[in-house]
Amino acid sequence: MTSWVRRNTELGLIVLGAVITAGLYVLASIGRTASLPANIIPFLLIVLALLAAGHLAMRRLAPGADGVLLPIAGLLNGIGYVMIARLDQRLAGLQATWTLIGVAAFIGTLIVVRRVRDLERYRYTFMLLGVGLLLLPLLPGIGRNINGARIWVSLGPLNFQPGEFAKIALAIFFASYLVEKREVLGIAARRVGPLALPEIRHFGPVLLAWAASLLVMVAEKDLGSSLLFFALFITLLWVATERASYLAVGLVMFSAGAVIAWRVFAHVQERVDIWLHPFADPSGSGYQVVQATFALAWGGIAGTGLGLGNPGRIPAAATDFIFAAIGEELGLLGSAAIVVAFLLMVGAGLRIALRADSPFETLLATGLTTILGVQAFIIMGGVIRLVPLTGITLPFVSYGGSSLVANYILLALLLRISAGDAAAAPAPGADDETTFGTLRR
Amino acid sequence: MKRQVRRLGVAMLVLYAVLFIQLNVVQVVRANDYNSNPANIRAVTRDYGRPRGQILAADGTLLARSVADNSHFKRRREYPEHGLFAAITGSFSFTFGSDGVEKTYNDELSGRSTNGSVKNFVDLLTDQQHTNDVVVTVNKAVQQAAKDALGDRAGSVVAIDPRDGSILALWSFPTYDPEPISQTDQAAARQARTLLLLDPNKPLLPRSFRETFFPGSTFKVVTASAGLSSGKVTPEQPVYPTETQFVPPNTTRPIRNFGGERCGGNLFDILRVSCNTSFARMGVDLGAETLVGQAQAFGFGETPPLDLPNPAAASISGVDFFKQNVALLAQTAIGQNTVRATPLQMAMVAAGIANNGVVMTPHVLKEVRDDQGNVVRRYNPSPWKTAVTPQVAATVRDAMVQVAQRGTATRLQVPGVPTAGKTGTAQIGNGKSHAWIIGFAPATAPRVAIAVIVESQSGASEATGGRVAAPIGQKVLQAALNAVPAAP
Repeated sequence: MTSWVRRNTELGLIVLGAVITAGLYVLASIGRTASLPANIIPFLLIVLALLAAGHLAMRRLAPGADGVLLPIAGLLNGIGYVMIARLDQRLAGLQATWTLIGVAAFIGTLIVVRRVRDLERYRYTFMLLGVGLLLLPLLPGIGRNINGARIWVSLGPLNFQPGEFAKIALAIFFASYLVEKREVLGIAARRVGPLALPEIRHFGPVLLAWAASLLVMVAEKDLGSSLLFFALFITLLWVATERASYLAVGLVMFSAGAVIAWRVFAHVQERVDIWLHPFADPSGSGYQVVQATFALAWGGIAGTGLGLGNPGRIPAAATDFIFAAIGEELGLLGSAAIVVAFLLMVGAGLRIALRADSPFETLLATGLTTILGVQAFIIMGGVIRLVPLTGITLPFVSYGGSSLVANYILLALLLRISAGDAAAAPAPGADDETTFGTLRR
Repeated sequence: MKRQVRRLGVAMLVLYAVLFIQLNVVQVVRANDYNSNPANIRAVTRDYGRPRGQILAADGTLLARSVADNSHFKRRREYPEHGLFAAITGSFSFTFGSDGVEKTYNDELSGRSTNGSVKNFVDLLTDQQHTNDVVVTVNKAVQQAAKDALGDRAGSVVAIDPRDGSILALWSFPTYDPEPISQTDQAAARQARTLLLLDPNKPLLPRSFRETFFPGSTFKVVTASAGLSSGKVTPEQPVYPTETQFVPPNTTRPIRNFGGERCGGNLFDILRVSCNTSFARMGVDLGAETLVGQAQAFGFGETPPLDLPNPAAASISGVDFFKQNVALLAQTAIGQNTVRATPLQMAMVAAGIANNGVVMTPHVLKEVRDDQGNVVRRYNPSPWKTAVTPQVAATVRDAMVQVAQRGTATRLQVPGVPTAGKTGTAQIGNGKSHAWIIGFAPATAPRVAIAVIVESQSGASEATGGRVAAPIGQKVLQAALNAVPAAP
């Protein structure tokens, strides 16, 4: 019964999300050109078709999965799309294509990954994949330097950020490795002062992968991803070993790393300066953050209305700063809705982690949720000057193919975990009725 | 593991709560600070794209309007009179902000004043914007007369209705056309402004109210007022010695009359011929407190409450300064050295005498009309300064009438109209001087007061003001008398 209820809940929420998206799309068009968008019917149909495809795939492939995550992701994707379409028609067309690919990747992931536990076996493949993806932009010839960060890869006509996919691969590796070693890592081999340290032999590979990825990202000047990976690693280490001392060590290491980075790298210093004193140079280095602040302030509580603000003033309004654009046109109500949406996703993700059948699944769900929640926090907090700004996309909302596709894959993995063993799930084409008896819950 | 996951959930909740709080700080608590930050041009953008009312001259001449534009701003500002009213309308530039009436009455023009925004219940729902039109006191005929009379000489002309402070003409040359710098093509607007900024003659500066000059002998009206107000000077007494030069105390440098002329006599005599030696003596006799106090009573040392942005204040050195420099007090009494005034201020000196000693608040706003043409607000005149008593004003007026009848300002005399005037020639070195005239008419019931300055004229005799500036003043007085009805 549960799965049936869940899927219907999901369907209802998806329809609601589609209606909200279409309504916003109409409003944005009226605000901009004072006319109804000519393509509203095809637009609505496509939005519904994409979400319906995801939903039907869920009914077939993961009927017992969480019913909230997909609608929220769809809504965020929809709001983001409306904002992108309002900012830049050309990007909107591309984003629509990316959404299509993203949903296809979502369904594809659900089909391919029938049991999350199977991923555990390929942990070193994922490690190599993750590190390899991270290294890719550094390769001469295909690596591209865009806006000061070398995180892009150009293969023919295709540009993508491999880091977005690397984070999933590394989350799988971290989770599987830590699950195996959690016992030994939890045992203190020796004590250094108040700290209990495990044997370096067990610690080595994971520390190596982590350090390598951090170094790579620092070399690529991708501060946001560095921070995200650090948070992911420390969180998983802490959850896996259940030892708070790792958190303490992590914080100390983070502080030390931050201070060193601040001392050594000019671009880190600049970021911190902008964070502390954005108005020192409002038309120069602080321009982006200052414009984002102005946009958010201008939006106030209710916003200017879609299509009626000036989010075009914010550099990178469609990508890293889309949160400020939403805050201007939809106001505090809109920006708070985004915050709440991510909080709901984090809540759903952690609930999946708590209910997972194996430690690996728990850890992987925790890792994936951490990626989603921390990434959203880093960029939203950066935009509103809660933390120093580090360029990173707002999952599902920002323009960006790699980000969108990677996050749909991440979502599929989370949902797959929540669906329980896919072995219990019917093969495609099987009748729903047969599912009930075999469901875990 | 599950316990840690739950704690992670709590930690995330805390992080997002902090995010939400900061969001409130940015979008609500500090929003006003950010919105009014000088680096924030969102307010300007909003006003720029919105409908905007017209600016009209008192006679109905269209001075500024918004017309449809196919740029992304949707509208652009047009100034059909181009440079003629630049000092009054100012410009309305997206990049450089606004100036003039466009700035001071922005809320009225954009319909954001209380009268304009919401008039009835339907407006609340439909977001219909009611812009207002601003009607200024300046009259095109007077402004045009000022422009034509001054010609291509650098200078300023100010005409003011002494009874209520309405500015009838506010002209200075060179000036600029507000339209090119208000255009929607930002690159072109920037280029236009750069050219104006590079011009050494400073066409962007409305010198009529933003630049100060030595007032020269026109300041003797203030000195005479000080003498009369103090009681030390009457129309009969003292009789100043007839002399060619006067050496003030604490200096060996004499003050000479123009062209080495000999002059002296009573107040009427010395004002008529603009006798430097006698007024220098008067200044020294009166003392710093009396002279400075009188200048301040006319508005010197204080920014006039003009409803145009950034008017300059006329200035005079303080009492303490003159106690150290008595010799300079003699110079100040004849409008040199430590005293500077805008043409607007000198027009207000004439207007104060014309209006029985009361200087009215100078203003360019006549009324605000709604988009239906109904007057929603009329300017309410108020006195700014009480400079002298009506008795003193009457005596100074009589003396100034003689100046125009048979003194240095005969060329100011409007045929058939009793006219009061005072010339000035402010020496600026190199044999150059600013030619001044101030005055009003009709002397019996003044309707218009004027100040004219023609900058950097060759020659430095008292005749310069009368020869160069007075004819301009006369034409402007004539035009204003024709334009302004006898009964308000």
